[in-house]
Amino acid sequence: MTNTAISVQDLSKKYDDRLAVSHINFEVPLGTVCGFVGPNGSGKTTTMRMLLGLITPTTGQGQILGEPIEHPEKYLSRVGAMIEGPAFYPALSGQENLMVLAKLGGFPIERVQILLEKVGLGDRGKSKYKTYSLGMKQRLGIAAALLPEPKLLMLDEPTNGLDPEGIQEVRALLRDLANDGTTVFVSSHLLSELEIISDHIVMLRKGEVVFAGPIGDLMAQQQPTIIAKSLDHADLVKILDIAVKAGHHAVIRNDSVHILAAMDWAPQLNKAAFAAGITLAQLAPQLPNLEETFFEMTGDK
Amino acid sequence: MINVVKSELRKLRRPSLFLGTMGAVVFFSALFSALLFLLIDSEQGNSDRGRTVGREVLGLATGGVQGFSSTGGFLGIIALCVFAAQTAQEYTYGTLRNLLIRQPSRMKILVGKLISMKIFALVMILLSVITSLATSFILAPGAKVSTDLWFTSTGIEAIVTSFINVTISVIGFGIVGMVLGLLLRSPISAISFGVLWLLIVENLLIAVKSSLQNWLPGAQLTAITSGGTPDITYSHALTVGGIYVGIGALAASILFLRRDVAN
Repeated sequence: MTNTAISVQDLSKKYDDRLAVSHINFEVPLGTVCGFVGPNGSGKTTTMRMLLGLITPTTGQGQILGEPIEHPEKYLSRVGAMIEGPAFYPALSGQENLMVLAKLGGFPIERVQILLEKVGLGDRGKSKYKTYSLGMKQRLGIAAALLPEPKLLMLDEPTNGLDPEGIQEVRALLRDLANDGTTVFVSSHLLSELEIISDHIVMLRKGEVVFAGPIGDLMAQQQPTIIAKSLDHADLVKILDIAVKAGHHAVIRNDSVHILAAMDWAPQLNKAAFAAGITLAQLAPQLPNLEETFFEMTGDK
Repeated sequence: MINVVKSELRKLRRPSLFLGTMGAVVFFSALFSALLFLLIDSEQGNSDRGRTVGREVLGLATGGVQGFSSTGGFLGIIALCVFAAQTAQEYTYGTLRNLLIRQPSRMKILVGKLISMKIFALVMILLSVITSLATSFILAPGAKVSTDLWFTSTGIEAIVTSFINVTISVIGFGIVGMVLGLLLRSPISAISFGVLWLLIVENLLIAVKSSLQNWLPGAQLTAITSGGTPDITYSHALTVGGIYVGIGALAASILFLRRDVAN
């Protein structure tokens, strides 16, 4: 019995002369929530499509729930997915759309209403899909992905179009699913949301994996930032000078100086600032969040 | 496979599609049959392309299905549109990816779709034959056409033969629509191309060179509905039409099985 939900080795997809996904390797452990992040066009959706058997990889291999991706029929009955947003028949109601998929997959029809209730569409199931708001369409897409009671749930931007309350509900739903043993592989541009719910992160940039592993390891790799503010705005340049002379990279941003330095350098900065006649209003060591790390790692080389 | 068929039938039975299509079938079947009897003495003819079908022909055992046979080509165009739209919409709505996630066997999806659309086409043809026969039977006495031979054993045989011929032709048109849907991946493009080809391009080509009617797909499928024409024999129409449909279906199936689903 494998303990990885997703495992890919040397996976690539080439369109004409362009490598959309370039020789990527990563693993997603069972029962975790794994954030899948990267700028637009970095290859996230192409990777998900390869994992679901929708497109054929140019090179490489992959295993989903222990089964090779060349044989999606061996694992897709245990996988729920919503790729590139919800896609349904506009002339059918939300309920009928789910029934089409329930019939197709051989799942009990009773699950349809249960899932509609679960995603907050219990009273709108009989309305035509074309009358749904973007948020309702997104909820229906999540309900469709949950039809097979999946062991692995793959969601591409599930919070698109949702209001803050909806985002919070989806976050709680994904966490609950993970607590019940479902592996959740989710891409999102809402990095603050992913940071809260993810155990693992796979980060793509221009079709290549720049990080794959526990989110804690990612953060630990990042250099902390010391944020310094002075009472007198003119002293910010002096603080910047002190940091640069000490060999640290520093920038002035939002009326404060951001210095890339270890936390234990903060007392030395305080001492140097006092010696220079600067009164510090704030001196705060801070670990970068996922968003800052994302920009750091996926920014242009 | 059964699951695919059940799932597809759920889409096909939506009221706007099912009732709309069946309503059109009833209306035009009744219209085509009614015109045969109401215009029986018209100098402009009472059948397609100004042909006249007289009382003596309508009074034969095959007279009851004359209206139904002339509706066959129209039913074929409807089938082409429905099959093309039902196939191509999976690409335009992006729903093909949902189908393939729930049923990874592309061959099962394709065959299940075809079976469900054939069931839809059969319902359409049954409705048409019933409407056409009923209309003809009601209007025949007023047009002084005898219906005595219509429901004899020879008459029943003619109804069954005509039903089979129309079914073969309609399924052929439908498969052409499905092939166009798979190739063009857009309902509007597939329907436009199919209808323009069958109704305009083929007629223009035949007008320029009449011998082409023996080799063009639409002409063969239309000839099958009436069991052959004076210019195209039934067996020729079946063979050439079958080759067109077979090659088209094979090419589109291979493409569907191998093509990446990237939308």
